[in-house]
Amino acid sequence: MPSEESSQMNDSASIDQPSPATSSATRDKILARGLNFFYGGSRALKDVSLSLRERKVTALIGPSGCGKSTLLRIFNRMYDLYPNQRAEGEVLLDGENILAQDLDLNLLRARVGMVFQKPTPFPMSIYDNIAFGVKLYEKLSKSELDSRVESALRRSALWDEVKDKLAASGLSLSGGQQQRLCIARTVAIRPEVILFDEPCSALDPISTSKIEELIDELTEDYTIAIVTHSMQQAARVSEYTAFMYLGELVEFDDTSKIFTSPREKRTQDYITGRFG
Amino acid sequence: MMSEHIVRAYDKELDALGRRIAEMGGIAEKMVVDAMDALSSVNSELAQQVIATDPRLDALQREIEEQAILTIARRQPMAVDLREIIGAIRVAGDLERVGDLAKNIAKRSVKIGAESRVTRAVVGLKHMNDLATEQLKDVLDAYALHDVERAQAVWTRDAELDALEDSVFRDLLTHMMEDPRNISFCAHLLFCSKNIERIGDHATNIAETVYYLVTGGTLPADRPKGRPEATPAQLQAAGQ
Repeated sequence: MPSEESSQMNDSASIDQPSPATSSATRDKILARGLNFFYGGSRALKDVSLSLRERKVTALIGPSGCGKSTLLRIFNRMYDLYPNQRAEGEVLLDGENILAQDLDLNLLRARVGMVFQKPTPFPMSIYDNIAFGVKLYEKLSKSELDSRVESALRRSALWDEVKDKLAASGLSLSGGQQQRLCIARTVAIRPEVILFDEPCSALDPISTSKIEELIDELTEDYTIAIVTHSMQQAARVSEYTAFMYLGELVEFDDTSKIFTSPREKRTQDYITGRFG
Repeated sequence: MMSEHIVRAYDKELDALGRRIAEMGGIAEKMVVDAMDALSSVNSELAQQVIATDPRLDALQREIEEQAILTIARRQPMAVDLREIIGAIRVAGDLERVGDLAKNIAKRSVKIGAESRVTRAVVGLKHMNDLATEQLKDVLDAYALHDVERAQAVWTRDAELDALEDSVFRDLLTHMMEDPRNISFCAHLLFCSKNIERIGDHATNIAETVYYLVTGGTLPADRPKGRPEATPAQLQAAGQ
């Protein structure tokens, strides 16, 4: 890359960073620079630069089709599963470009886990839902596996509700429990980053609160990105918020700033419900 | 100005808040002017009117708070809307206090009534009141127009009112020392001048609110002061 271009990029990246006063204590876990994304011929992301701070929650908000889910799906190369989709630019995970062609995708997805909008338990027992993924990556003894399953379920605040019925089908759980099971499944693999794609949109308010409480606890160990359509949720759970519109990153700042006095008019119009 | 919300009922709620604040502002302004007129012209009928108006201001404040809380619960306002609603609650609180202070002046004017002695002592107070009224009017305009510069001007100008209060204080002290029979009357006037000075403070509070709701930032904690803290020596000097 020509040096002139990269210095420009650095400039634009520094403008988009949250104010240093609050962010100096953490480092970038994932850093996207000059990111473009294409679905066939159409460009879904335009020169996006942002960072996910280590052990912080970053919320991605914006109207449907703005590119926030696309961005999330780049962080673990989910898009690679589909033909004709490609990303250009750089996404650094601990300094390593994850867009590189020779990257081990299985390893990447073990490091960067994902939880989807609708709970997607496998049609197998609660225990196996969690053990299944672990067994793909690690050879553990039965007792090690048992304790891994238990700790993942505890971590996801589900243990007390399912400890007596681990052999029951994952599909027998309620929606909120299923979603926590999916989080347990992700946590069991011991990732470094967890991506949440509208994790509460199919849940009732109580289940939503439980997931939010969980996200809060998970930041002790994990870097988290969450796509949400609920502005209140973004305001509640995240430290940083990125507002995206038509494939562009419009504003990226401390969550407290975005929801009280955003810099950009487009952000203001969106979060106050004035978007035409 | 801002474009409209997708949900139009939201705009109506915010407009209704704005209208009630404007009504409160009008009432509070008139109370301040009338209270001083009642005092300077020894008009107890006018004073009673001021006293009788205060409950209306209190009721409006309660309505604004209730409406604001409902809107917060219903709409979960963000950014400029949130600041607007919090601003309305604050301004309503300030205006309600302004009404109380004006009512207090009116009550004192009734008490003073008969024993009004040195009419020239009221001149300084009247001057203070004119300035406070102007501040209040300006800041309410700034609020209605979301005019930050105007709000900041009010905020800065409060120092003049502080300075005036200081000179009124010395003046009244002089009258009291000249003739002890003035003491009761002048003590009432001292309280009135304090009330007017506080009305000015509420105007600066509103100015700070305007600044916040427009910019999202806050004015510095220290406002310019027009009054050196009076030392005992100075107070004595004033009396001689």
